[in-house]
Amino acid sequence: MAWESVIGLEVHLQLATVSKIFSGAPTTFGAAPNTQACAVDLAMPGMLPVLNAEAVRCAVKFGLGIGAQIGHRSVFDRKNYFYPDLPKGYQISQFEAPIVGRGEFEIALEDGSTRSIGITRAHLEEDAGKSLHEDYHGCSGIDLNRAGTPLLEIVTDPDIRNAQEAVAYLKALHSLVTYLGISDGDMSQGSMRCDINISLRPAGTDTLGTRAEIKNVNSFRFVEKAIACEIERQSDILEDGGEVVQETRLYDAERDETRSMRSKEVANDYRYFPEPDLLPVVIDDDYIEAVRASLPELPVEKRHRFAAQYGLSTYDAGVLSDSRELADYFEAVAAACGDAKMAANWVQVELLGQLNRSELGIADSPVSAADLGGLIARILDNSISGKIAKQVFEHMWQGQGSADEIIEAQGLKQVSDSGALEAMVDQVIADNGAQVEQYLAADEGKRKKLIGFFVGQVMKVSKGQANPKMVNELLAKKLT
Amino acid sequence: MHDYSVAELAQGLREGRFSSVEVTRAHLQRIAALDERFNSFISVDESAALAEAEQADARRAAGEASALTGVPIAHKDIFCTRGLRTSCGSKMLDNFVPPYDATVVSRLREAGAVTLGKTNMDEFAMGSSNETSYYGAVRNPWDTDAVPGGSSGGSAAAVAARLAPAATGTDTGGSIRQPAACCGITGIKPTYGRVSRLGMVAFASSLDQGGPMARSAEDCALLLNAMAGHDPLDSTSSTRDTQDYTAQLERDLSGLRIGLPTQYFGEGLSAATAACVQDALRELQARGATLVDVSLPHSELTVPTYYIIAPAEASTNLSRYDGVRYGHRCEDPQDLLDLYTRTREEGFGDEVKRRILVGTYALSAGYYDAYYKKAQQVRRLIRQDFLDCFEQVDIIAGPTTPGPAFALGAKSDDPVSMYLEDVYTLAVNLAGLPAMSVPAGLVEGMPVGLQLIGQHFDEARLLNVAHQFQQATDWHLRAPGGID
Repeated sequence: MAWESVIGLEVHLQLATVSKIFSGAPTTFGAAPNTQACAVDLAMPGMLPVLNAEAVRCAVKFGLGIGAQIGHRSVFDRKNYFYPDLPKGYQISQFEAPIVGRGEFEIALEDGSTRSIGITRAHLEEDAGKSLHEDYHGCSGIDLNRAGTPLLEIVTDPDIRNAQEAVAYLKALHSLVTYLGISDGDMSQGSMRCDINISLRPAGTDTLGTRAEIKNVNSFRFVEKAIACEIERQSDILEDGGEVVQETRLYDAERDETRSMRSKEVANDYRYFPEPDLLPVVIDDDYIEAVRASLPELPVEKRHRFAAQYGLSTYDAGVLSDSRELADYFEAVAAACGDAKMAANWVQVELLGQLNRSELGIADSPVSAADLGGLIARILDNSISGKIAKQVFEHMWQGQGSADEIIEAQGLKQVSDSGALEAMVDQVIADNGAQVEQYLAADEGKRKKLIGFFVGQVMKVSKGQANPKMVNELLAKKLT
Repeated sequence: MHDYSVAELAQGLREGRFSSVEVTRAHLQRIAALDERFNSFISVDESAALAEAEQADARRAAGEASALTGVPIAHKDIFCTRGLRTSCGSKMLDNFVPPYDATVVSRLREAGAVTLGKTNMDEFAMGSSNETSYYGAVRNPWDTDAVPGGSSGGSAAAVAARLAPAATGTDTGGSIRQPAACCGITGIKPTYGRVSRLGMVAFASSLDQGGPMARSAEDCALLLNAMAGHDPLDSTSSTRDTQDYTAQLERDLSGLRIGLPTQYFGEGLSAATAACVQDALRELQARGATLVDVSLPHSELTVPTYYIIAPAEASTNLSRYDGVRYGHRCEDPQDLLDLYTRTREEGFGDEVKRRILVGTYALSAGYYDAYYKKAQQVRRLIRQDFLDCFEQVDIIAGPTTPGPAFALGAKSDDPVSMYLEDVYTLAVNLAGLPAMSVPAGLVEGMPVGLQLIGQHFDEARLLNVAHQFQQATDWHLRAPGGID
């Protein structure tokens, strides 16, 4: 039977606030254990939470970024369970009245199509600490630095159909939250953690099968692989006439498999009820409009604009609008050289290629946008060929100066002087009598292929600096 | 010196008739000599108290004295005190020394008050008799075979026995007013949100409120001046301006309309207590007040509503006592579950466990709507009853308790009869209103309290009525025998 997979994602996004969501302790990553936990984070007797206004602002920004309803009155609730890294014995979260309601999110797929993913809700909550099970001789260590870090939990509808869409969604989400400046979105540091809900159903039906939840997957690649092997696991079960068990599973990257987290499912009763230590969060329209006015152009808007304004493909526009820095870089190159398509091509192929090989981000690029624009301008005004430009780019990458400086210093300027070119062409024709005869004997179709040989020879003689267009014209004229 | 009120002590200190060290030492000596009989203190740090007194005298000498500079007071052991054990009456926190002061404590320190020590209380403030304390029952100074009321029983007994001129208390369902009534002192529970809860060990967050306990309304006003006010670290504390609570004390009562809820004078109220309350009301009438019968139709739902909401909040507030970070931890835990279960089994007493169980049940899936949600709906009706009454009257009056203090052990085995002790006080907390208890007479030698209930943030009016009553009567000046 053909199966269709039904996938929903829950992303826990750490918000980039300076202090924690309910205390004044700092949120910096990587400090020595328990040095960034104050009396509130430690749940000392009598301590009370105070809501961080910046966390609310981040959540509202996100809500507006996906066109969602903003809860005018959202409520914090206590989610009760015992765990050593949960100091109060409850997590302050939002249950019945989240700050961000229903929204929609457009993602671009590699084949150039787009899809809309429904966002069920997003709510604010506090992160727990960490339990450390190594190095304590049979005991566990507790690090409460992370306890109280603000999280936005973003829940999608079961709209995702395969691993590629899931990854596209996460990448688009990453792009959105970094545009908004509400999170660094760094999955390797746990700033963005993903739970995957997945079930299968016979293709063409619209009932929902029993789902499994894969917890805490922490990279785009692992999300893709976890979904692939979970689909395989579930379809094997269903093909054999078995039933999928509703349970929580973990993805083991080393073995590339998911496995059950618990042998028997414990039904947790979290006993949610409204947090009496906090007032409801009341947000008025003026506040929402002020936040809206502060929003930058968002990735989706930018993608549409790039496609329309510069005539780029959806895919290229998507790549170039992936991050604000890259988009700004691209637009600066386009402005400097005056040809957006050339700019798009150079940024995507040469620049991103070099950056990826060197594991650098766009902000660390040794070649500035103005300089790259200057290089492309020399191609456009026929000072150099595209091939020479790649050489020049290599030198620019190594910090040897601007395109003009390198072209000048190394004498790479394209030869467009017709007298000089004619001499070279004549010499090549004189030196290659056999090929000339072959060319003249050939029909029109073959000639087109054979002329490449002569162009190549002229380029060789000119050390690549001959203007290829003029060489072609001269050869065509002379070889008759 | 121990008979002086807070107002008299402040004046004497101002006039240089005695020093804070002398006053503080006198009270410490009384605690050392007499408290064996009452068990009203859990922790007393004499040298720290005397050091604070010396500093107070130095500040006064330097001309930097404020309203309460040098006046010694006691704190209920629910308020965190930096460097001084804060047990909350529980084995769970027997070893807990906070590295911070509660806002109430720091505000009183800023006003110049000297800390004598920490008073005994029902464990985690859960009780109406002070018998659930890990540190043993407190005895009523009027009759040491009787309970002092609870949960602020240690504070009430210490003030009644003249071991401290005043003390802080907390009131979740009557825990300031009921012991004040039982011990013949004056206590006020302010409007919810008037006094910061930061650093006050939580019992039921939406009901808890700290307030002063002293011998007179005037003293309560002086302490409330220091305690009240917005605290940015308590999100539920009110941003409304405070007032000088002593400013209206002398206002006369002509035109005052006092509502008498018929439900507070019916079955369950002892005849002798009713008679004392009626006498007190006639006194207020004589000073210009008019008495109006009013109704609080949802009164009979008060006790069940309270005993859903308070335990529900308590059950999760007390989850933090898990043996992981501070407080009691069982010996040699075998695993995590063992750590949790034995720590909590050993650390909590029976009444606390009972309320955790009730509260956990009330919040459980499948019961939440029937219990917690329903209780919150009824709570709104109870609050509305009061608001409706205040359309007709300025304050509401009635008994604080159904009768005088009962014998130690009399209700220990019957939680429901113990819960009914608070039948007249619980509704005030559910409605978030200010209320106080004022000594209003003696029944067979035991004090009885008049309860005054005010409109939200109208503490000044309550204190005014109580002060006027105390100008006309001397019940608040009566002291138990055998304490000199």
